[in-house]
Formats: sequence, C-alpha cells, structure tokens
Amino acid sequence: MSIRITLATARRVLAQLSHDHRTVAMLILVPSLLLTLLWWMYKDTPRVFDGVGGLLVCLFPFLVMFLVTSITTLRERTSGTLERLLTMPLGKLDLLLGYALAFGLVALVQAGVAVTIAVTLLDLDLAGSVTTLLVIAVSDALLGVALGLFVSAFARTEFQAVQFMPLVVLPQFLLGGFLMPRYQMPGFLEALSDVLPLSYAIQAARSVTMTPDLTGDIVRDILVVLAVAGVALALGAATLRRRTA
Amino acid sequence: MWARAVDGYIHHMMNIAVQVRDLRVVRGAREVLHGISLDVGAGTVSGLLGPSGGGKSTLIRSIVGVQIVAGGTVSVLGEPAGSPPLRSRVGYVTQAPSVYPDLSVRENLRYFAAVLGAPARDADRAMAEVDLTDHANALVGRLSGGQLSRASLAVALLGAPELLVLDEPTVGLDPVLRKDLWELFHDLARRGVTVVVSSHVMDEALRCDRLVLLRDGSVLADDTPIGLLQRTDAPDMDAAFLALCADSEVLA
Repeated sequence: MSIRITLATARRVLAQLSHDHRTVAMLILVPSLLLTLLWWMYKDTPRVFDGVGGLLVCLFPFLVMFLVTSITTLRERTSGTLERLLTMPLGKLDLLLGYALAFGLVALVQAGVAVTIAVTLLDLDLAGSVTTLLVIAVSDALLGVALGLFVSAFARTEFQAVQFMPLVVLPQFLLGGFLMPRYQMPGFLEALSDVLPLSYAIQAARSVTMTPDLTGDIVRDILVVLAVAGVALALGAATLRRRTA
Repeated sequence: MWARAVDGYIHHMMNIAVQVRDLRVVRGAREVLHGISLDVGAGTVSGLLGPSGGGKSTLIRSIVGVQIVAGGTVSVLGEPAGSPPLRSRVGYVTQAPSVYPDLSVRENLRYFAAVLGAPARDADRAMAEVDLTDHANALVGRLSGGQLSRASLAVALLGAPELLVLDEPTVGLDPVLRKDLWELFHDLARRGVTVVVSSHVMDEALRCDRLVLLRDGSVLADDTPIGLLQRTDAPDMDAAFLALCADSEVLA
C-alpha cells in the first residue's frame, strides 16, 4: 500500500478524463438534463418529482461509474498498461483505490451539480439534507466503481463489458424497490433484493427525500453500500494477476 | 535462504544478470519453450533472435516474471524472476506499446515515474533519451508508430533499472532512429546496465555483444556474432541463421 502511488494513479485517471472534453461535459450535464426532463414530466405532480428526482441524483453516479470503470479497466487490461504496472512496485490496491478516488471525485462533482440545479432551478423539495444525499450519491458511485472493476475481469471485449450493465445493474434496479415496494414482491425475490446492494442505496435515498432527520437506518444503509463496495474492490484486486499464461 | 544467498553471490562473482535453467513454458496445449538454458552477462547487450513464433516473447515474459512457467528456473540479478525486490530494478517494454493513448508523453512518463518512486524530472531525461522532447505535450494516441514505441521505451528508462528487457523495440523505426537506439543500448551497457533485446531482423544481430538464436522453442545457438559467422562460414547473419537451421534439421 502506497499513498503516493494511489494519489498518482487518481491524478493520472483524472488527467485522462480531462483530455476528453466531451466525456467531461456529458458526465456533468446529462444527469441535470434528465432531471429537467423529469421535472417537466411531473410538472403537475411536484410531490412525485421530489421522490424520483432525489433517487435519480443518487442512482446516476452508480450507473455511470459502473460503465466508465468497467470500460477503462478493461482497456487497462487489454492495452498492456496493466501488465506493465504490475511489473513495477505497485500494489494492486494502490491501483484500485486510485481509480475509486478519481471516480469518487467525479461522482461528487456530477451529483453536486445535479442536486444544486434540482434544488435551485427545479424546486426539488428535499426533506433531508443535501449533504446526506451527496454522501449517498458518492457511496453509490464507489459501489459502481468497485463492481465495474470486478466485472471487467470477466469481459474480453468492450462489447462484453457494456453487456454487464443490463446483467449486473438492471436487475438490482428492478428489484431495488424503485418500481415496486420490496415487501410486495414474491418471497424469493424479496429475499434476493435483501442481498443486493443497490436496494440499500435506493432505500437510503428515498429516506432522505422523505424524512428530515439523519436516521440510524440511513447510516446503516450507507454503510452496507460502502461495505459491499469494499468487498467488490477486494475481489477486483484478486482478479489482477502479476503472472498470466 | 542460504541457497539463495549463495546463488546471489555466485551471480555477482560471475557477473551473470539473467540465468535461465531448463525453462519450460506451456501455453494452452502447446509447449512453447522446451527446457531451455542460457546465461546473460551483466553489462552486455544481448540479442534474442529468431523467427516470429519461436518463443522470443515468451522467454522475455519469463525473464520479467509475468509468464506462468511449467518448469525450470529463471533468476534475475540473483533473485527469482518477478520477485518484489526486482520490480524497480528491471525495465520492461512489451511488443505492443503499453502507454496511455489519452495522456501526453510527459503525463505518461510522470505517472510511471511516480509509480517507480523516481523524481518527476526523470521524465524529461527519459524523453530526451528517446528523442521525444519536441513531442512532450502531444497526446500519445496522436503519435506516429515509431514515436509511440519510443514513448513506450522511455518508460523503461525511468528510474535506474539494472536490467532492461525489450521486446522488439526497433520495429517500425527508420534506420537513423534504429542506429540511435542501438547506441543508447550500448551506452547503457557501458554504465553497467544489462540490456536484453529481441528482434526478428537478423542484421540487428551484429550490433549485439552476444546472440541467442531461438527457433521452435529451443536454443539454436548462443554465441558472439563473429563466432556465429565463423562457425557457419556465412557471409551475413541471415545466411548464418539458415545454415544453423539446416544443421539442426540434419541432426534431427
């Protein structure tokens, strides 16, 4: 473990991103544009927008960081830079934490811009605090980063990596209580949703949109999301091999 | 523990930088290296030559320690290949340039320098050594093929590597640049760095202190360039290689 290498890696990932102006613009603007679309859709039912809008601010970083991370790490694996790094005095966790740090920061900016626009221009009425919502958004982003890193080990091409989105993300989204309360699901599916991390992310986000206090349940939900992110990161580290066939 | 210390001492005394013994590598169902043995003297420029598919890259990967091996030993600078103490002592350039296309030359070198714990100014030195200073701020993805492979080579020059392992570093370079790079390799060797270079271009063989010819996963010859020419009575390296191939087929 080396803080110097972790920070250098985070800086490198951000530098790569900063050369790609269109990606930066899309990362920052797309969530806000979608929020505006929602605001327009629910113009006559602002209460619904309050709930859905808050959730979107939290879920978007998860989705985007999952995709971005799985593609970037796949490139790292296929382009030979990963092999080169692993012949150097770099710990596997240095690399993974560097990625998590860089994309966590991007997620903070992304969610920060989205929530600022939502609260000021779109009159999003958030019962809880904006800070808590941002903490949830960044935790979700870290979960996305960690899962993206992990699944990139099972993809050989970028086409395959993209397919992990509907495979890994969509079921969590469907079973997470966004479309239907989880307790109304058939018993097996409810049990399944209990072990999927995004269920806790959605639960925490929903609580912030509805209750003014930082309840113990919200804190617990955030910790569950972070713990799963940590486990996925450790599993991701196990997929990085210094020696290959 | 003692065996390793003694081994390291012997390496030091005999000035052997890389020692390969009975190395066998199996990839998929195919045995790619059939128990080869060789020594690389410290402070020399050694060439690894032979046709594509002969096992050069696999041998290089084994020396760097990124290859899973089926048998035999590879020790580098007195340590088992790929062991943690070697990670800042060995510079490695893969055949395909492994640098980030979406970063500038300087950003790439600064990052790898940070990983190696080398000072940031080392990036400028390495850039100058491969003649890329004029392109310091160019995105690597926009460089020409030759510039790209030089950017990848520059990474291996960062820090103070004692062993440089280069897989076809001169492919696609024009004759002037190739000459410059070979001068750089010899310059490094004079400073005590051991350089192992693979190539499938036989005329580069004459520039090496010592040659290992690999064919079909076996060592065909291990000699000096002059020794090879004399032994085969050939006018050039291409002819020498063909003569050695013919000999080995007669024996087989």
